[in-house]
Order: sequence, then structure tokens, then C-alpha cells
Amino acid sequence: MASQTGSWKVGKVSLPPRVALEISWKSIQVRFGRAMITAAGTCLGIAFLVSVWTNIAIMHGAGVEMEPDEEMRNNWLVIMSLLVAAVGISNSMFMAVTERYREIGTMKCLGAVDRFVVELFLIESGMLGGVGAIIGGVGGFLILMLVSLFKRQAGDFFGMDWGYMGTHFLYAVGIGILISVLAAALPAARAAKLPPAAALRTDV
Amino acid sequence: MAAEAARESQFEDYVVRTRKLTKIYAMGDQTLRALDSVDLDIKRGEYISIMGPSGSGKSTLFNMVGGLDKPSEGTVFINETDMAQLDAAELAWIRCRTVGYIFQAFNLIPVMTALENITLPMVFAGLSTDEQLQRGRALLERVGLGDRLHHRPSELSGGQQQRVAIARALANDPDIILADEPTANLDLRTGKEIIELLREMNKERGVTVISATHDLHMIDISDRVVWVRDGAIEKIEARSDVELTVGQVDWEQESGTAAVAESAKKE
Repeated sequence: MASQTGSWKVGKVSLPPRVALEISWKSIQVRFGRAMITAAGTCLGIAFLVSVWTNIAIMHGAGVEMEPDEEMRNNWLVIMSLLVAAVGISNSMFMAVTERYREIGTMKCLGAVDRFVVELFLIESGMLGGVGAIIGGVGGFLILMLVSLFKRQAGDFFGMDWGYMGTHFLYAVGIGILISVLAAALPAARAAKLPPAAALRTDV
Repeated sequence: MAAEAARESQFEDYVVRTRKLTKIYAMGDQTLRALDSVDLDIKRGEYISIMGPSGSGKSTLFNMVGGLDKPSEGTVFINETDMAQLDAAELAWIRCRTVGYIFQAFNLIPVMTALENITLPMVFAGLSTDEQLQRGRALLERVGLGDRLHHRPSELSGGQQQRVAIARALANDPDIILADEPTANLDLRTGKEIIELLREMNKERGVTVISATHDLHMIDISDRVVWVRDGAIEKIEARSDVELTVGQVDWEQESGTAAVAESAKKE
């Protein structure tokens, strides 16, 4: 514990959640172009994922039994789409954190503890992941809708298993946010751990 | 608050004390003693310049005193508190409330406006929103930027950015302002204005200013000048001594930098 003399005491710093949200939101707004590129990674991966799941929902609705082969191919597509999203998002997040070392060092000089820095990056990446996943999810769904309206009977599409579709859409958005947050956590934690002097020295 | 603390604690005359402060960097097989057993006492309310060539250990000393890096051996006392005994959260509190930092490259947060940059340390300190805005506005007005509250750093000149940085350093009424080459990125006239502003703050608020610098103007107004060389303190001069020697000292040789030679020429 701190040794204390007279009236001088060492206390605790704080970052209210509302302010953390505001700072993260502002950070996205100001770097909008950069943020959208980061979100695009999530967007593409999740669009792919949702389109695969939409297809499955349509087949469920039409009562089509999937061949084991086809089911395996679908699973493979789902895994691939997740990998695409994970790699794209990790890369963008890594860059986004690295180019802000000086900002991180400065924040720590102003009294931020490691946790604040990590928090800000996680909120930011979570928001980006959420927006990217929702846009990607809707996009993937609409594209498959168009394709199936041309290629199949309209009834097939509208008679899809909506329950399956709904839950899987939510899964997809959740997965998008989760991957974004995980991808940002590692570089952010690493950057936050640096002593401020080292973070300020780092030029990228 | 700083003045109050000063009155209450006249017995603890020193706001910063370093004892056998040593920093060793490992560079491959070799080790470099960037700072070698430095003892330095700084009185409350002093205006100190730290001079020395690049690589002299000046910045290392600066970082240790500000709690931005950990010493290898020895310790720094700030307000009689041993920094080595503090955990990460307590160190953060010291950086937030007790020390204000000013950098060569200004280091404002680019996505925030001038006012937001200044209120950020107040957020960490737990001040209410009203207090933050009130104090933030007052500080910006004090440094002459009352009409630039909502400008981002990219919309401000270098001198204006450094003024914001000074206001930010004062946000939580610190005991110490640490300035690392605050005028190095500014033209002569703006640099002089910044130095004068720092000196005014030092007198007005009783805040101790410790500045690493090459700038002759800075030396002119310092209470004491600490000369650092090869990781050790070469000499400490009071202002009266400096005034006597300024005419005789070969600045270029003393500081080993072109910057000083250049500013000396323009004198």
C-alpha cells in the first residue's frame, strides 16, 4: 500500500461506463472511413454465414431432406465463412490498435489504468462488430432471397423455416460481435500493458 | 489546491526527491546504464530545466520522475510517497492528479476536441460533468483559447495545440508539470510564448515545473538548471549562476545539439 503523509492520499481513478461508451462512439465517428473498413471484414464474413443459413432455412421450410454430402458441404461453408471473418477482423483490429499506441500512452499519462484502455477498445470493436454483422446479416439474407426468388418458386422462399432463420440471424450477429471483440482483445491488452513511456516511444 | 498543500506541508519542502535512481537497459549482450544513481531534490514551486545532450539520460530521468517507467534501482518520492511502493492503479492516480505532462509532439487525443482533451483527466479523476465543463472552459480561456473549445487538434496550430496541452496538464491542479522539450516543435516566437505561459502558471498556481529542454529562453527563466551527462548529474546551477555563465559558455559544445546553436544564433 501507499505510504501516506499528512493530508495527501493516493486514491482511485475511474471511467464511468457512459463516458467509455461516448469516447468509443466518438472514436468510430471521427475515423468513420477507417471504421467502416474494419466493419467490412465482419460484414462479409457474416453475410456469407447468413446466406448459408438462409438456404438451409428455405430447405427446411420446403421439407427437403439434405443429403449427408450436402449437409457436410454446408457445414464446411459455415466454417469457412467464420474463418474469413476471423482473419479479416483480426487483421483490421491489430492495425487499428497498433496505429494508436501513442494515444494509448497519452491516455495512461492522463490517469487511465490498463483496464480503461482495454475497455475502450473492446467497446469500440464490439460496436463495429455489431454494426458490421447486422449489415452483413441483412445483406446476406437479401441476396439469397433474390437468388431464390429467381431460381425457385416464391412459395419456397416465403415458406421457409422462419423460426430457424430468426434464431440463426441472431446467432450470426452474436458471432460477429464475439469475433470482433476477441480479435481486438489481444492487441489491446498487449498495448495497455506497456509502460506509458514505451507506448509513447513507439512510432508506427 | 496546490497552494493549500504547500502551506500545509511546509515541512515537506521537496515535491520530488530521487534516491540512487538507476535505469539499466539491456541491449543484446550489453547493458546500458541510462541513469546511474541520481539523487535530485526539487522544491515545491520551483521551475527547473533539465539540460543535456541526446542520450544523456535526460528523457529517462523525466520518465522516472513522472512515473511513466519503472527504475531498475533506487526510487522516486513524490510528495514523500515512494513510487516504487505503488500498484498500477495508484500510479495511475498519481499520473492523473499529481503530475501533468507536456510533450514535444503535443500528444493530444486526435478524435477529441480541445475541451474534451482537457476534461478527459477530470473524467478519470471522478469530477462531475458540470465541474469538468466549468473548469475546462476556464482553463482554455486562461491559455487564450476560449474561442477554440470545440476544435479538434488537427484544426489548431502547433502553438495552439501546445496551449491545449498546458491546459490539460493543469486539469486536475497537479503539484508538478513535466514538460519534455515543449518548444522543440514550435517556431521561436511561439516557443517563447509557451515558455512564458508555463512560467506564469508556475507563479500563479505554485505548480512545480520540470522541463527537459534545449531552449535558451527556458534557461533564462528557470530557478535552477540541472545539467545531465552520461546518466549522471554534471552540475546544478541556480539562476544567478546561469546568468553569469551564459555569456561565457559555449552552448553548442555544452549541449551537443544543433538546435541550441541555431537558437543562439538567432538571439
